[in-house]
Amino acid sequence: MTWFIKNSTPLKTSDSVTVRVPEGMWEKCPSCKEIIYRQELQRNENVCPKCDYHFRITPEARFQALFDEGKYNLLYQSVISTDPLAFKGLKKYRDQLKNLAKNNMQQDSVWVGRGKLEGIETVICVMDFQFLGGSMGSAVGEKITRAIECGTEERLPVIIFSCSGGARMMEGALSLMQMAKISAALAVLDQARVPFISVLTDPTTGGVTASFAMLGDINIAEPKALIGFAGPRVIQQTIRQELPEGFQSSEFLLQHGMLDAVVPRREMKQKLARYLTYFLNPDLFEAEPGA
Amino acid sequence: MSRDVSAFEEPIIQLKATIEGLKAQPPNAKTSREISKHEQRLLKLQKEIYSNLTDWQRCIVARHPNRPYTRDYLENLFTDFEELHGDRRFADDPAIMAGFGQFQGRTVCFVGHQKGRDMKAKLHRNFGMPRPEGYRKALRIMQLAEKFGRPIICMIDTPGAYPGIDAEERGQAEAIAYNLKVMAMLKVPIIVYVIGEGGSGGALAIGVGDHVCMLQNAIYSVISPEGCASILWKDAGQMEQAAEALHLTSDKLLKLGLIDSVCEEPPGGAHSDPAGMFERFRDHLSNWLQSQGTVVPQNHLTSRYQKFRNMGIFSEEG
Repeated sequence: MTWFIKNSTPLKTSDSVTVRVPEGMWEKCPSCKEIIYRQELQRNENVCPKCDYHFRITPEARFQALFDEGKYNLLYQSVISTDPLAFKGLKKYRDQLKNLAKNNMQQDSVWVGRGKLEGIETVICVMDFQFLGGSMGSAVGEKITRAIECGTEERLPVIIFSCSGGARMMEGALSLMQMAKISAALAVLDQARVPFISVLTDPTTGGVTASFAMLGDINIAEPKALIGFAGPRVIQQTIRQELPEGFQSSEFLLQHGMLDAVVPRREMKQKLARYLTYFLNPDLFEAEPGA
Repeated sequence: MSRDVSAFEEPIIQLKATIEGLKAQPPNAKTSREISKHEQRLLKLQKEIYSNLTDWQRCIVARHPNRPYTRDYLENLFTDFEELHGDRRFADDPAIMAGFGQFQGRTVCFVGHQKGRDMKAKLHRNFGMPRPEGYRKALRIMQLAEKFGRPIICMIDTPGAYPGIDAEERGQAEAIAYNLKVMAMLKVPIIVYVIGEGGSGGALAIGVGDHVCMLQNAIYSVISPEGCASILWKDAGQMEQAAEALHLTSDKLLKLGLIDSVCEEPPGGAHSDPAGMFERFRDHLSNWLQSQGTVVPQNHLTSRYQKFRNMGIFSEEG
């Protein structure tokens, strides 16, 4: 019986020894597996210097990079998710929300900021994948709708950075209806002739893609983002065959006519500002009533 | 609890068979007494079973192979209806039927998912799962209705939008999104019926209306119970639990303020008595259409907008 008891430490051959690095100094690129010095990564706007992979970044980092001098006001911070269905999977939704709040994530999965982008007063929504996969529940729907309504009322351009797995399952059909709610608000923004730019980042799928993310006057995406309606796994299970290389990437969507451009992060601010100037203060060519 | 499609219906099916057997015998006073006695028992049994269905059993009823589909409502309630085809962009999608017809002497526009009854029809209709061209066709016909001032009747019955390579390539997400935005502003009255399965975005894409009604045993959900179970419990077999958790039944959605009314079904569900279902549907639709004048009221769009605007439950501190 003693044959099966390990009573000695295994041999340590040199290549199995892991190098212990101080926590937080280095980051591994999920795409090319390169180990990158974190400071260098940050200097490069969280884009891998070797393969150009765009790391997911926090809404705060996004705002810092976009708003002039990094100055902005957070809006609708008081709108928070509740647990209207008393939803219970393996974990209780209520507990998940509590834990997130405890870990300083009080903004739910979208942040709304208002400030100047190259001097243009703008409302920007940024989704946060770290908060329940960026999923859209009632609170997210409400915050984005208010941001759009603010755009309509004050004639401020609206920019939304999507990053989401889709509607939030834990709020059932309440989440589903946020798609209709936000889309209706965008229809009103349309009528007011105020520009809306949708920026899709990795990943954007499900009910978010199938509502506001595809409704921009201009739709752009960061390079190599996963963008689609159905997730790749669902499609694979349905059709039972391999998906083509690069399927549902930003570049694939550009090729199929769903995007206006693929814009690298370092050019994002300048491009957004340029797009906005095309649409601000629209000239009205219709005849004046009575003219 | 069994997962067999007909398990909870077994006593009903047996009793029905007994009645059929009696009816096949030469009629006399005794058998006719027996028949009416059994028929009363059947009604009682159906009421009992159907008023105690679990949410998962309601899903089974909503997907019942004999449940009336969009085409059945058209054939039984509309006259002179014509289906119109194609999105003028790419193709015609048989998973969605759209066109015009007469309902009680009034010209109306219809749009609905169609699942297909037998295997050949199911494949032709892609099991009621539309591709982008289906949603674009629906919108084209609805815009025709707007142009010529006809009310729109939408019938939802789909497992969801089709998740396939071709659908993604042609912009499934964009097609759905665009419908949501345009339907919010269409200048004619829109009534939406969820007649069977309301599968997520693929259902909502023809579901933005002034009045949303669910048939009693229909379901409407952000994800299928099987999908939810496989994500949350990593086991699609937990769909009973998932169905409860998702709040996808008509009574629960009415309480959440996500739909406007529930249309009652015959005692044993729509599939057990389609004629009875058509009657109830006709009455509901007729009532609603009569409440809609020929002129779209000024506040019409704002009330549709406000209805969806107010959906959602969250808290606001401070």
